[in-house]
Amino acid sequence: MTYSLFSLAREALRGHTGWKPAWRDAAPKPEYDVLVVGGGGHGLATAYYLAKEHGITNVAVLEKSYIGSGNAGRNTTIIRSNYLLPGNERFYEKSMQLWEGLEQDFNYNAMVSQRGVLNLYHSDAQRDQYARRGNAMRLHGVDAELLDEAAVRDMYPFLDYANARFPIRGGLLQRRGGTARHDAVAWGFARGADTRGVDIVQNCEVTGIDVANGRVTGVQTTRGAIRAKKIGLVCAGSSSRVAAMAGLRLPIESHVLQAFVSEGIKPLIDGVITFGAGHFYVSQSDKGGLVFGGDIDGYNSYAQRGSLPVVEDVMESGMALMPAIGRLRLLRQWGGVMDMSMDGSPIIDRTPIDGLFLNAGWCYGGFKATPASGWCFAHTIARDEAHFINSAFRLDRFATGALIDERGAGATPNLH
Amino acid sequence: MRIPCPHCGERGNEEFFYLGAADLTRPAADAPADAWHEYVYQRENPFGPHKELWHHLNGCRRWLVVTRDTRTHTIIAAADAAGARA
Ligand SMILES: Cc1cc2nc3c(=O)[nH]c(=O)nc-3n(C[C@H](O)[C@H](O)[C@H](O)COP(=O)(O)OP(=O)(O)OC[C@H]3O[C@@H](n4cnc5c(N)ncnc54)[C@H](O)[C@@H]3O)c2cc1C
Ligand SMILES: [Zn+2]
Repeated sequence: MTYSLFSLAREALRGHTGWKPAWRDAAPKPEYDVLVVGGGGHGLATAYYLAKEHGITNVAVLEKSYIGSGNAGRNTTIIRSNYLLPGNERFYEKSMQLWEGLEQDFNYNAMVSQRGVLNLYHSDAQRDQYARRGNAMRLHGVDAELLDEAAVRDMYPFLDYANARFPIRGGLLQRRGGTARHDAVAWGFARGADTRGVDIVQNCEVTGIDVANGRVTGVQTTRGAIRAKKIGLVCAGSSSRVAAMAGLRLPIESHVLQAFVSEGIKPLIDGVITFGAGHFYVSQSDKGGLVFGGDIDGYNSYAQRGSLPVVEDVMESGMALMPAIGRLRLLRQWGGVMDMSMDGSPIIDRTPIDGLFLNAGWCYGGFKATPASGWCFAHTIARDEAHFINSAFRLDRFATGALIDERGAGATPNLH
Repeated sequence: MRIPCPHCGERGNEEFFYLGAADLTRPAADAPADAWHEYVYQRENPFGPHKELWHHLNGCRRWLVVTRDTRTHTIIAAADAAGARA
C-alpha cells in the first residue's frame, strides 16, 4: 500500500478500517542469500538498500527483540554532517543527502526536520577550532556558518550569555542539520525492505555463527539454524558479543548513554543547541517536551539504564546553558548501550572471515548515520568491497595507524 | 553504583575515575606491532564479570582493581591495584 493524500482521504472516509500492517512479521526460512543480524535502524537500512540498490531480495533481518528496541528507538534524534576529518565528512554528508530525500524514497513520514544544529563556542580558542571545522565542511561542499554572539542572541535570547565561567561568544550553525522521528526511520526502512521481499524476523536472537574453511555458512538462532552465503553484523552495543561468536575481538567497549525528556511546554527551542563548555545538547519534540542528553556514564556496561551522578552532571550542564530549564519537571529518562570504538569512529568493512561483514562502533552518533550506514554496508556486502564513501571506516585501521580520531582523545573510548 | 574501596569503605562512583580493563599486560618496548595493537586497541568487552581499573581520585587516591558485572553493575571484588596486579 502506498501512502498518499489519496490513501489518507480514502481511509478517513471509511473510518480508518483499511490500513494494513506496514510490514510482515516473518518466520525464518532455512536459507537466505544474505542475513542481516540486528534489526535497528542500520540493519533495516542495510536490508532496504540491498534490495533497492543491488536487487538482492532473498534477505532476512534477524532481530533478537522487536525492531527498533535498541538505540534506534532510544536516541535524541539529532542529524547533522558537521565533521572535521575527510573520512568522516564525506560519509556524514552522504547521510544528510539521503535524509533529504528519504521520505519520498521510502514513502513513509520520518518527520525529517532540518531545523538547524547550533554548536556554541565560549572562548577565542574554541571559535578558532569551530572556524576550522566550518571551513573543512565548506571545502566538502557542506553548509556551515560561524555566528557571533549577537546572531546567536537573535535566535535564542534565553541562553545564559553572561555566565561568568562559560560566556557564550557565538556558534557554528549547520542549517541543514536537525532531527528526525527515530522510530519512524526504523519502521520506514522495515516497510521499504519488506515490500521488496525482505523477511523481518523478530524475537530471533543469533547465538552462534557457523564458519567452515574460513567462510561463513550460517547462524544458530533461538528460532533454529539458518544458512546463508553472506552475513552482515549490525548489532550496535552488542557488536563485541556477536563478533566473538565468529572468534573476532574488536576495538570496542560497550557504554551506556542516557537521554531525558521534560514535561511538554509551548514552543521554545526551534532548533538543536549544543553547549560547548560541557556535554549537553537539547531540542524540542513536536509534543513539546525538551529532549536532551550529555555524557556517557563512562564505564563498560550492558545495562540499558543510567547512573545518578551522570543525571546530575547533565542537569548541571543544562542549568549552565539555559537556567530556565530548572523550572521544568523531568518526565522520562532512559539509557541505551552503544559500541564505543577506540578512535570514536565507526567500522563498515569486511572481516578476515569470508562472507562475514561488520558494521559497528557508532558510539553516540550513529542515528544521523542510519541511511548512509545502510547504503554503504549494502554496497560492501553486495560487491565484497567498500564504497569510496565508507572506505576510511576499516577494521584494520587500528593496526595500520589510519585512525579517524575526530576528538583527538586517543584510545580511550569513554572520552570520545 | 557504590564501590567498596578497601581503604575508605563504600563510596559513590562519582568519587572515582575509570580507566578500563585491568587484565591487559603492557608489551615490552620492542615487542612486535601486533602485540601493541592488541594491548592498545583490542578489548574483551565482556558481557558479565569485568576486571577494571578505578582510581579513587576524590578519596585515598589509590588505584583499585574492581571486578564488576557489566550486566547488573554488581561489584564482585575490589582490591588495591598494587597487591592485585603483583
Ligand atoms: C540515549 C542515546 C542518545 C543518542 N542520540 C543520538 C543522536 O542524537 N544523534 C545520533 O546521530 N545518534 C544518537 N545516538 C546513537 C544512535 O542511537 C546509535 O548509534 C544507532 O542507533 C545505532 O544503530 P542501530 O539503530 O542499528 O542500533 P540498534 O537499534 O541498537 O540496533 C542493534 C540491534 O541489534 C540487535 N541485536 C543485538 N544482538 C543481537 C543478536 N545476538 N541477535 C539478533 N539481534 C541482536 C539489538 O536487539 C538491536 O535491536 C544515541 C544513542 C543513545 C543510546
Ligand atoms: Zn579509597
